[in-house]
Formats: sequence, C-alpha cells, structure tokens
Amino acid sequence: MSKRRTERLLSIVVLLLSARRYLTADEIRASVIGYPEQDDAFKRMFERDKEELRDLGIPLETGLINPLDDETGYRISQQDYALPEITLEADEAAMLGIAAQAWEGAFLAGAATGALQKLRAGGVDDSTVPGFEPRLHTQEAAFGPLWEAVRDRRLVTFSYRALASTETLKRTLEPWGLVNRDGRWYVAGHDRLRAGTRVFRLSRIAGPVKMAGRPGGITVPEGTDVRSLVARWWTKPDNERGTAVLRIREGAGHTLRRREDARAEPDGPGWDRVSVSYPLGEPWYTEHLATFGPDVIVLEPPPLRDAVIEHLKGMLP
Amino acid sequence: MVTSGERLRRMLALVPYVMSRRSVPVKEAAERFGMSERELISDLNLVWCVELKSPDPYCPIDLSYEGGEISVSESESIVRPLRLDKDEVPAMLTTLRWLEPQASTDAEADAIRRTIDKLEEAVGTALAAASGQIAADTRSPEGAVKAYSASVRQALAARCRLHLRYYVPARDETTERDVDPMRLLVVEGRSYLEGWCYRAEETRRFRLDRILDLSVLDVPVSLPEQAAPADVEQGLFRPSESDLTVELELEPGAQWVPEYYPCESVAELGEGRLRITLRTPDPGWVRRLALRLGDTARVVSPPELAADVRDTAAAALAQYAE
Repeated sequence: MSKRRTERLLSIVVLLLSARRYLTADEIRASVIGYPEQDDAFKRMFERDKEELRDLGIPLETGLINPLDDETGYRISQQDYALPEITLEADEAAMLGIAAQAWEGAFLAGAATGALQKLRAGGVDDSTVPGFEPRLHTQEAAFGPLWEAVRDRRLVTFSYRALASTETLKRTLEPWGLVNRDGRWYVAGHDRLRAGTRVFRLSRIAGPVKMAGRPGGITVPEGTDVRSLVARWWTKPDNERGTAVLRIREGAGHTLRRREDARAEPDGPGWDRVSVSYPLGEPWYTEHLATFGPDVIVLEPPPLRDAVIEHLKGMLP
Repeated sequence: MVTSGERLRRMLALVPYVMSRRSVPVKEAAERFGMSERELISDLNLVWCVELKSPDPYCPIDLSYEGGEISVSESESIVRPLRLDKDEVPAMLTTLRWLEPQASTDAEADAIRRTIDKLEEAVGTALAAASGQIAADTRSPEGAVKAYSASVRQALAARCRLHLRYYVPARDETTERDVDPMRLLVVEGRSYLEGWCYRAEETRRFRLDRILDLSVLDVPVSLPEQAAPADVEQGLFRPSESDLTVELELEPGAQWVPEYYPCESVAELGEGRLRITLRTPDPGWVRRLALRLGDTARVVSPPELAADVRDTAAAALAQYAE
C-alpha cells in the first residue's frame, strides 16, 4: 500500500464529488497531484485508480462531455454517493450493534465493520447489549467463493459428495442464494447436470469452487425465495407415529421421558415403564434408543425391539 | 496491513463521522475505527494534506486535532458517508433478519423490525432486495427455551446468579447447579448460557434446550478471576491438552461424523471408509456416539474405550435375553 496512492484516490473523490459537470481524464490529471508526465504511464495508472474506486463502491460515472463530440468524462453524483439520512433510536442502535458483531471472525466480518463505520459516520451511535452474543460462523471453505458467485450472479462448478456416497460428482450450478440453517450453510440454485433446482450443503463440497461464467451471467428466476427452497429440502414430511413401550432405568433416559406424550409408571424396583410416541420408519430413532445402552429396553412394538437388538448385535464381534 | 483502498474507505467515513458530531476526542475516534491513535493521526494528516492544483491550488479539507479533539472546519464535498455496498448491505440485513425471531421480548423484536425498515429505506430497493440472496435461519426458540432465554438475558442485565436443573446427556443424568451468567450465545443453531458454574468450579456452557428448570436468584453475580469466556470463533468444540484422543474407523454410512465434530485428522481408507481422530474431555460422549453408529463405526483406540463400548452393547443385549 502507498500513502501517495491513497492521497491520489482521495483527491479524485473530492474533486469529482464537487464537480458540476463531467471532467475529462486530462482535467483530472491537471488537478490531482501525483500522476506521471508520460501519457502511457498516466493512462495505466488512471485505469487502475478507476478500478479501485469502483471496487470500493464509489459510483464513478462516465458520460459524454459534450453531445457533439465523443470525449468522455467522469463525475461522482452526490445523490448516488451519499448514504441517505438515517436516524436510529437507542434500542434500534443496540440491535444494529449486535447484528454487526454476529459475523465476528466470519467471512463477512469486514463488510459488517465497514457498514457500521459508514452508519456511524452518518450520525448513528450504536451500542450493544452486554452478554448477548449471537454468532454466525462461516467455517466452510466454499463460503467465500460461493458468496461472490451469488452476489455477482456467476455460474460455478464444484465437486460434491452426496450423503453416504463415496464418490464426488462435478456439479455446474447457477447459484441463487446462500442459506444458513442451524449453523450450517447451504447453496440453492439451478443444477445444470440434473436440470433442476437443487440444494447443496457447503461442508460436502470437496475442493475449490470455480467461477465458470462472467459476472451477471445467470438470472435468478423472479420470485425465488432461497430460504424456503432450503427449508423445504431440509424439513422432512412429518412421519406417522407409533407408540413405543420402553423399560427405562430410574433417573435415566431423560430425553425420552421429556416428550409431552410420555407416560411413566413404576415397573419393579429401580425401573419405569414408559410409553411414548415415536416416528415410524426412522432409523435415527433406533440409533437414539441404542445410545442409552442397558438403561433403556424396548418392550413394544416387536419391529422396534428387533431393530434395536439388530443394531446392538452389529457392534459385537 | 491495510491496503490503500481500505484506508481510503476508512478516511471517507472518518471525515463525516467527525462532522456529524461537531468534534470528537482522538481516543474515541481511534476506538470506534479500530485503530491506534497514531494511525488515526496519520490518517488525519493525510486528509488534511489533500491538495488540488487546478485552476488554482487549494486544500479542500481543513481540520484540526489540537488538544486531542478532532474537528473538521471545512469539507466541501465529503459531507456524508458513502452508501453501503453490495457486501455491507447483506452483512447487516441478514443478521438482523436472523435475529428477529430470537428476540427475548416483543419490544426487542419490534426494535429489530424498525431497524430493518430504516436500513432498507436507506440502502435503496435494489440492494435491499438482493440481500435476500443470503439468509440465516435458526430454529427459533420455542416455549421453555424462549422463556429461559428471556430469564438469562434478564439475569445478565441485573447481574444476578442463576439456579439450573440441567440434563447431562453424556451421563444421562440430571444435575442441580448455581451459575453466574457471563453471556448468552447463539451459535451453530443453538442457544447457550455461558457462565461460572459453582458445581464444576469452572466456566461452562449450558444448552438452553437441556435446561429443565431455571430460576433467577436474588444473589449478585461474583465472578471469580479465572472466569473467562471461551473463544467460539472457530466453533464450539475446542480440544484441550488434557482431552482423551480417540481413533475411530467409519463405514460410508457414518461419513457425517467428521462434518459434525471437529477432528484432529481424517484419513481415507478407500471404498468410502474413513479413519478419524478426535479429542474429547468426555469418554461417555464417545461411548454414546459409538452406540449410535452401531456397525458403521469401530473404536480403534484407546483399547479400554473400545472394550467399554463392546461391554455396554453386550450388557444392553443381555437385558433383551432376560
């Protein structure tokens, strides 16, 4: 980084913000200190400066100086540049502070800090609520490139490992959006390989995410709600429920007893007989029962009992 | 090291920051912008030195920081901060929208909604709409958890001790404990109370959905010196030196394990099988994990734990034989 470059960029911003008309490159060169004498060197440097200003989000406009000739000039309109007035009440400013902190250590932490600095510069005095710390993490390596692809509407390719599959498949995706569900990130979009809408979990993306198209190259269909796309993919339809009768050691099996429909009665010294509803046809429930080891025995129904016995037998040589 | 772009961005905010407040102490501005006073002074000098030379040379910005108090007496064009950009808008709106259902009171939810409305208006329709491309959803706290969350927030504000009845799944037991609350965390989809636990005599995190009962005591918090918040930036599970190192072999059906739990190492054994190493302070947790995984996993080491898992499975089966 160079102090001179920062100074030059700042000068351009100040100059163009106060200009009442488009200024030509030569006029800018005449006003701003630090540009070289040689035309070629000036052009290269000016191109880089323009790019940097646009990267920073400064609305550098190009237009014809005079409708009769084709010389272009530059300006920055105050209207496009300036953050509109925003006044926050104390309770609103506290929520703003908490929201900005939520990305701490995550990919968008810098963006949140930048936003906060601008809002403060606009007169907002943010605060926080001590002790309340909601956090959104972005530990998945794919987050950064996918965020850029979603933001810039670019096609991407990546290798994806489906659940319980050993192979990775190369996917070409038009990414529509990123959604965090309970701490994990998902990307939703149009999968060109499968020719349909698909949701991918970022932690199952293997290797790098590559940009496969130009910015603005994809169109997100009107009315797309990525949040509900992911929610639909993620929530399973409610299973039919059956009733299980379990023998549970006293003081144990708390998560089983905790269900609202659980009914317990004593069943000999040190044991309870608990009847409780459970989702039919869900292997996870069998696995969950097995985690209690000898403290929970399935009495009814026979298929559930057999499934747990089968599961436990699989663990013995 | 900041780039020239980042530095420019900071200076473009610094000038209106001071202008909108008439004057600001150097110390306060440095804190608010996350830099040292020296860096701040060097930024101020740079801004002040900006000179335009045509048609006549002049300095468009005049400021002073005499006596440690910054004031801007002239800045003809940089009056307002720059608009929020295409990263900044979603960074703010996503978290605010995510927070709304987690507010502990209706008044707080209302404050969040008002903030969202004002921000959306200030950033303009296009960017506000585009920010819907990134969203976060956390199971919003329901019933008991919502009430506990509100009580914890209340105890934090009043600096009062809490009494909990808490379920420990690794030992499948219910415990009673007094806790001095330090913070309420919402991380990876769950809410946690972090505080000094008088039963464990250390800083502990408690999942709100495992609290069976909670009361705010009429006792002021008195945190011991060694009570320190854990660093959760890299995730909740932080291995420590004293942890047990466990090695597991996983069949393809258990591939989700390294996605859910941070592993020290993950090696592919071919045909979708994995060998993972993880660290835990609690062997009971591994035993339950192994019981859940059944024949899709095998504890390789330590051998005592492998034997313990087998014995537990055998004891469970024996119950069925009776």
